[in-house]
Amino acid sequence: MEHIVIIGNGISGVTAARHIRKLSDKRITIISAETDHFFSRTALMYIYMGHMKYEHTKPYEDWFWSKNRIDLKRAFVKQVDHKQKSLILDNGEELGYDKLILAVGSKSNKFGWPGQDLDGVQGLYSFQDLQNLEKNAPNKKKCKRAVIVGGGLIGIELAEMLHTRDIPVTFLVRETSFWNGVLPSGESEMINRHIRNHHIDLRLGVNLKEILADDAGKARAVVIPETNEEIACDLVGLTAGVSPNVDFLKDSGIELGRGIKVNRFLETNIEGIYAIGDCAEQHEPIGNRRNVEAVWYTGRMMGETVAQTICGHRTAYNPGHWFNSAKFFDIEYQTYGWVNSDKRKPEYEEHFHWIHEDDTKCITIATHKDSGKFLGINTFGIRMRHEVFDKWLTEGVSTDHVIRNLRYANFDPEFYKTFEPQILSAYNKLTVNI
Amino acid sequence: MDTIQRNMSLTGEPPKTINRTQKIATFIGMFGLAILLLATFNVNFPNKGLWLSIALLSITSGIILFAKGAYSNELEGIKNHGVWFKSISSRGFLAWISGISLTGFYVILYFYPVYLGLNSEGENTGIIALFDPLSRILSGNPASQWFVYGTLYTIAIFAFGIKFIWKYRHNRYEKIRTMSVMFFQTAFAFLIPEFMARLNDSEAYNLPYYDLKSIWPLNYYLFDSYSLDGLLSSGNLGLYMLLFGVVSIFIITPILTYKYGKRWYCSWVCGCGGLAETAGDPFRHLSDKSQFAWKVERWVIHSVLVFAVLMTTAMVSTYLGSDPNAYWLTRDVFLIGVAIFLTLIFVLIWIFKKQELKKDARYGAIGYFVIIIGLFLIHSFSGSNNIFIFEASTLRLWYGFLIGAVFSGVIGTGFYPIFGSRVWCRFGCPMAAILGLQQRLFSRFRITTNGGQCISCGNCSTYCEMGIDVRAYAQKGENIVRASCVGCGICSAVCPRGVLKLENGPMQGRIDGNEILLGNDVDLMTLVNKN
Repeated sequence: MEHIVIIGNGISGVTAARHIRKLSDKRITIISAETDHFFSRTALMYIYMGHMKYEHTKPYEDWFWSKNRIDLKRAFVKQVDHKQKSLILDNGEELGYDKLILAVGSKSNKFGWPGQDLDGVQGLYSFQDLQNLEKNAPNKKKCKRAVIVGGGLIGIELAEMLHTRDIPVTFLVRETSFWNGVLPSGESEMINRHIRNHHIDLRLGVNLKEILADDAGKARAVVIPETNEEIACDLVGLTAGVSPNVDFLKDSGIELGRGIKVNRFLETNIEGIYAIGDCAEQHEPIGNRRNVEAVWYTGRMMGETVAQTICGHRTAYNPGHWFNSAKFFDIEYQTYGWVNSDKRKPEYEEHFHWIHEDDTKCITIATHKDSGKFLGINTFGIRMRHEVFDKWLTEGVSTDHVIRNLRYANFDPEFYKTFEPQILSAYNKLTVNI
Repeated sequence: MDTIQRNMSLTGEPPKTINRTQKIATFIGMFGLAILLLATFNVNFPNKGLWLSIALLSITSGIILFAKGAYSNELEGIKNHGVWFKSISSRGFLAWISGISLTGFYVILYFYPVYLGLNSEGENTGIIALFDPLSRILSGNPASQWFVYGTLYTIAIFAFGIKFIWKYRHNRYEKIRTMSVMFFQTAFAFLIPEFMARLNDSEAYNLPYYDLKSIWPLNYYLFDSYSLDGLLSSGNLGLYMLLFGVVSIFIITPILTYKYGKRWYCSWVCGCGGLAETAGDPFRHLSDKSQFAWKVERWVIHSVLVFAVLMTTAMVSTYLGSDPNAYWLTRDVFLIGVAIFLTLIFVLIWIFKKQELKKDARYGAIGYFVIIIGLFLIHSFSGSNNIFIFEASTLRLWYGFLIGAVFSGVIGTGFYPIFGSRVWCRFGCPMAAILGLQQRLFSRFRITTNGGQCISCGNCSTYCEMGIDVRAYAQKGENIVRASCVGCGICSAVCPRGVLKLENGPMQGRIDGNEILLGNDVDLMTLVNKN
């Protein structure tokens, strides 16, 4: 029986395993050094916040794996020997495979800051990171202040987590406004205000110069170059993005770029070895997507795709319309299609921005200037129906159509106030003026 | 390597201990409770009306002030911070203490009311005497242990309802639903029956205690002989009430459930649900979500329903006479009618909805059907006076004891802090079983999943008080159509990605998944043809 080995038990690897099982009878082994069982990485924050325990973040009960004949192995893979088709594990054991799926995920970025490896400095990606956080910041007595470096989704989640334990947070963001490399300025500024409303000390336009150590080799402060200010702290959270976790593959003969280079079929340069999820890097970007997509949903799609290929229906990774979502403290965010930030906005893209007076809800709709075609929407504080936007994007409807029919896309709970009339009238004023 | 299942709460600590407002609130609330406790131990308060008012006001304002301390300084939004770190909400010491005290209270209430001061001869003493003044204002009668219980129950739903509204103030569905529950408890379950009792001062009326929103089989005593006697001897009003009771079961309930799902009852109207939603809210995450629990649940709850049907049939048939000349509805006519009715329902479900039943549901349905019809046959051939195998009154006694007292009271509410808030609704309530069947098979209600947006985080499953593994459906992009769902809406509220929505929609395609949105944009038809 063909033996499929998957390295990594995150959403990509596990989705691949489940779909291979659905489609075939092959022997499947998942190897992970992180945890025995699959858990939802995106829910790590809720464990620290006390909303859930670790067990609650496991989407399948523990009997699921043996029942579906998916072998789980807790080990760290040191080396891939593709000539012998075998893996060398940290305990010296060797494991043979017929086909190998690399779903090894990411690691937190470190840009060579002095002191970045000190005790008390950490990222937030793995289960072990969460354990470290419990050690470094169990409460406000042991952690009198935390500094978070890097303004992205993980940074704001870490800020929210620490905030629930009353730990004061200073949030250093290099950009002039939070996440404005991705969000248009209206939205980004609304989130700035929302972060500050939660008493987070948000510093925009500042960098990290170095992290200072105390006598015991533990982080005690960070230095900001712009002001030469020294901020005393017990925890430094490095959340300036993630990059593929591929160091162990350096001499394996598998072609690497930033991540593991794959073609549209998620095949690496070596036959029988595939890469999916955060660690996979496309040779050519697909549409407006980046070469490396560290997103939950794309990991899941790649898992499905590679399972098809391995089970005999060679299938290209062909993600549908872009979508994503996140939550900034109390504000939910969803995006469908493409809405570019002010920095990246192409010349033909124009935005309609509406913001509610309570400053917790807004939308931005991107339109093609010449054709009036709808390109994408960002919504904050208003839930939208995925299916409807997917259909509209496929049909290539106009922004006029979207605005007029926005109520069909609303996904807020019953009895919620709706804002379609306000949005429509704001839009009408705008188009009349132009 | 070791399994790492370290409970994070061992190293963490509650996000914050209670703040000053909450300390003051605790003092005020406990002061009120202390008065009640002293009264229970037969401390004789001089001015009972005044002391009762002080006690109840202290408890109510203590709870409300506590909620203010917890939520007024927070921005709107879901804040389940530290739920699993706090002793009271994570089966810690405080949880066990409260569970044991509540259970003890229920045991005394149901089985030893004399310790609360209910005296069969002479005036009430103890805590029941303390409630006499209020009872006299409302119904004109002295209080009973049920009046004490009803008052405290209503206060709990009212005060914890305000706490609930404060916590979920960003969510209009939750606010409106909670106000509805508070209204129905105060008006229908508490005040109206008390006022109705006043009618009994007149010769013409002999109404039993009747909570109009409590429908058979939850209200299993509706068809007890004392209740039927009381209603039938109270002229038109009594007759209308009996008719309303029957119409609620067979007409009102199915229509509303068809349109809105069973939530119109379980989380908008019902008192048991009301208590679970308000006072029980801090414990909703404790319900068991394992597949094993689900299997147990389905068998237990439907067994209770069968028990309730048999018991009621037996009770009514003993009430009826056997002389066809006296009244057309004789014992035999009734029994045959019930048998035909049950057969009809069974056959209709089998013809139209069989494909929607899982294998064990089919076995269960056939099994129960055979048992019921078998008992009917035994009865008609044996010619004994007993209805079925047991005497009707024995069945009624056991039902009242096991289901009415032990299950719904002692375990259902007493164990909130250990098993979660809806143990009774989930495992025991025969009304929930009937509404659940209707909801599963004939309702427009479903929880829809927003395309491929689920991140499998598990908040929905964790906070489902009915122990439904919501995530299992959401991550497949499948709508959730489950008999047990009470439509509380919390899964939708706690979802950090806005994936879930409670909806009433067309019957067609209500379960369909949205697999195309989950992932890769494949041409499904080509793929199917290739396979």
